Amino acid sequence: MKKNWWKALAVVLLLYVAVAGLLMPVPRLAILNESIRNLYFHVPMWFGMTFILVASVYYSVRYLRTPTPELDILAHESAKTGILMGVVGLATGSIWARYTWGAWWTNDPKLNGAAIAMLIYGAYLVLRSSFTDEQQRARISAIYNIFAFATAMPLFYILPRLTDSLHPGAGGNPAFAKYDLDSNMRLVFYPAVIGWTLLAFWLAQVASRLSLLKQKVYEKQLA
Amino acid sequence: MKNSLPKLRPVLLLLLGLVLPVLRAAAQATSEPEMADTLRHDGKIYVVVAVITVVLAGLLFFLISLDRKLSRLEKEVKE
Repeated sequence: MKKNWWKALAVVLLLYVAVAGLLMPVPRLAILNESIRNLYFHVPMWFGMTFILVASVYYSVRYLRTPTPELDILAHESAKTGILMGVVGLATGSIWARYTWGAWWTNDPKLNGAAIAMLIYGAYLVLRSSFTDEQQRARISAIYNIFAFATAMPLFYILPRLTDSLHPGAGGNPAFAKYDLDSNMRLVFYPAVIGWTLLAFWLAQVASRLSLLKQKVYEKQLA
Repeated sequence: MKNSLPKLRPVLLLLLGLVLPVLRAAAQATSEPEMADTLRHDGKIYVVVAVITVVLAGLLFFLISLDRKLSRLEKEVKE
């Protein structure tokens, strides 16, 4: 119970976000209309993804310093959770684009940057699956993970800002444009970011524990 | 069971505190550009909110039970 307080917090925050995200007043803006509420669901996917990928890189660096299978599993499952969040982010963004811009996908720098970054992480999974030797797999994918992170983050957050982008918050503007500086929106947005990020860590933790357990059981069977 | 109630109190208080702004917002009436006001007042937006809450609660409950089963299994393997 003491160790799991953050999971309870995640449950409370996510339920709050589901209710308040739909019912709290939002700024009345043309074109965006009620879809401004996507800020509570689409944007936290990217926040959660970023935080969990930072954790993944952290575990990868630790693995390279002290190679243990636990650290490899943690890095791998964190990256997988990050990829899941990113895919959900792309999918939700695509739905929004269809009804706001009229197309499922546009060649917007923000969209393409995110897509390329996701492909880079997709390659991480492909790379992992191409080794049979466990230590080689762990070491090389840890190194790749660091480079993937260093390449993906500018694609997500820096390059789209250097050019014009239709995406809200992009195109030279800081991410927190006027529509999310609204104090009512902050009351939901910040809990949403924390809640979805905690959920990402929760999922990664459960997946890692399962993976670790599987390994232990195999070891026991061999012994 | 007796012991779990005091532990839950801060969680419930936090939830209550977070919901307060929603109640205030529900009490305010506004009229400006085209938004889903009718849905919010007379319509069935609350039905959707309830449905989403149930779906989310169900998924979270599943995750919690998965977490617990995993903890039990971890204990078993350790022994």
